[in-house]
Amino acid sequence: MLEVKNLNFGYSKSNIIEDISFSVHKGDCVAILGNNGVGKSTLVKCINRIYNVKEGEILLNNQNINNLSRNDIAKQIAYVAQFGEHNSSTVFDTVMLGRMPYIKFAPSENDYKIVEDVLKQLGIEHLAMRNINEMSGGQVQKVMLARALAQQPKILILDEPTNSLDMKSQHMLLKLVQDIVKEQNICAIQVLHDINLAIRYCNKFIFLKNKKIFTETDREGITGDIIKSVFDIDVVIEEVAGQKTVVFLGQNEEIK
Amino acid sequence: MPSNSIQVQKYKNRNITKWLIIFGLLLLLFLSLILSMSLGAADMTFVEVMKAFFHRDNSTNSLILYQLRLPRIVVAVVVGASLSVAGCVLQSVLRNPLASASTLGISQGASFGAALGIILTEISLGNAVKSASNGVNPYLITFYSFLGSIASSVIILLLSRFKKLKPSSMILVGVALSSLFSGGLSLAQYFASETAMASIVFWTLGDLGSVGWSEIAIISIVFLVIFVFFMLHSWKYNAMESGLETAKSLGVKVEALTIVSMVLASLLAGASVAFVGIINFIGLVAPHIARKIIGNNHVFLLPASAIIGGIILVLADLVGRMVISPVILPIGAITSFLGAPLFLYFIFREKVQ
Repeated sequence: MLEVKNLNFGYSKSNIIEDISFSVHKGDCVAILGNNGVGKSTLVKCINRIYNVKEGEILLNNQNINNLSRNDIAKQIAYVAQFGEHNSSTVFDTVMLGRMPYIKFAPSENDYKIVEDVLKQLGIEHLAMRNINEMSGGQVQKVMLARALAQQPKILILDEPTNSLDMKSQHMLLKLVQDIVKEQNICAIQVLHDINLAIRYCNKFIFLKNKKIFTETDREGITGDIIKSVFDIDVVIEEVAGQKTVVFLGQNEEIK
Repeated sequence: MPSNSIQVQKYKNRNITKWLIIFGLLLLLFLSLILSMSLGAADMTFVEVMKAFFHRDNSTNSLILYQLRLPRIVVAVVVGASLSVAGCVLQSVLRNPLASASTLGISQGASFGAALGIILTEISLGNAVKSASNGVNPYLITFYSFLGSIASSVIILLLSRFKKLKPSSMILVGVALSSLFSGGLSLAQYFASETAMASIVFWTLGDLGSVGWSEIAIISIVFLVIFVFFMLHSWKYNAMESGLETAKSLGVKVEALTIVSMVLASLLAGASVAFVGIINFIGLVAPHIARKIIGNNHVFLLPASAIIGGIILVLADLVGRMVISPVILPIGAITSFLGAPLFLYFIFREKVQ
């Protein structure tokens, strides 16, 4: 579905990310992990051409995204930005923005129905007429997810979706994404910081280090060694309540 | 297969309410027009106004209405609407609540351009310019003032692209540009002949009184065409307010839309300035009032801003004519009195946040 080949991206001379190649298929819930500043956000912004890629190829269903219009990309890839800069409209208006790629001048009956369905699906129907500014972080993030889903995308990109959410909201949001990926047979690419959340709700993991992909693995393939070298910390991996769990021990002095 | 479930129905009803509000604003505009037509150095009753309006003849009332009051009232509506819509779109594409043609220095650029145009025409034709607007070719002056406003826009665009300006810094750029162009204007006055100078001074004050029907036609056409363009892109402006990256991910060609919108907003401001001079703060105040009344959806916000801008300028002009009648105070001064306190309030609120 999505294929990234030998991607390089950066400003002027230095690259922010280098030689990135991976592919994503239907049903994948991909977590992108790595330290701050390693280029995770940059990578996901290249995928839907928020940043124009010059070196390397990004193929969406075998078509190079450089040959697709912004509108065509928006019909297939939806994106929720990191810092949650948002407008100050009602929830309904905001989710309707997700129909933009399809709207000519005014929303059609079909657009109304899709917005309504998405609101129901995420259980925020009752908030439809509320202004986003009056809502909690978890609710806002749900609205952003709803807007993305209203695009009816094949690929859902979320840049640190759990930022500034409380623990319950974090789990609810990621579970929601996991369920949507299964139900609609689409795929999700999420930048995450909490490795245990990632292990729990994703099934494919891309670790970035020094601008490059350090390794790409499934849940079973995650080892203490990988985490040690990617994050510079000492960990052990334990089975806790049936869940593979990364336990932090301390700074990895050897690597430091 | 209409899916009129509860939420959709609520949403649609709310939108109908918003259209009704816009209709109400139109009524208010109409009322202020009538009020402005009847009040002045020579008072007329409503009946007299209507009579003079529908039976155009050589009676005093008819002459006052058609030659003195109507042109300045109509131009007040169109200019008020133009500046408000320009401000509204600038606020959206720059995502800056303090943006407007006059706070960014676009109007000042336009007035400098117009002054330069007058002097250049004077030099090339070798004859003095007769009066503010009907002496030289109005198209030429519009063109020059448009060039001036575009110059400001280009500087703002370049700076906001390469320096990622904060809203308040962007206003500092506006201050810098304003003083630059005001300086240019003073220099132009210094070198201009006396007649040209008289017409240049007019741009620094703002004056609705010297506009004829042909100029009104130009501004109106410019306004209508650009307004339709903005309306067709209203959902895209909504998306822009969610952040540029989000807008891109929703399919908006952000860079192109920003440039086109700024050029068109500059054209609107430039055309207004070319004929009535600088009118401060309308472009800032009217969209903010509109946002309070009708929300941030540009489908409603743009028409509401236009109408409110029209109402404010018509009433401001009325105040300017009535305060020490028969002397007419410059409209620019009146709107500054109205706008400056609001501007300070916004800066205060931004600091608090």
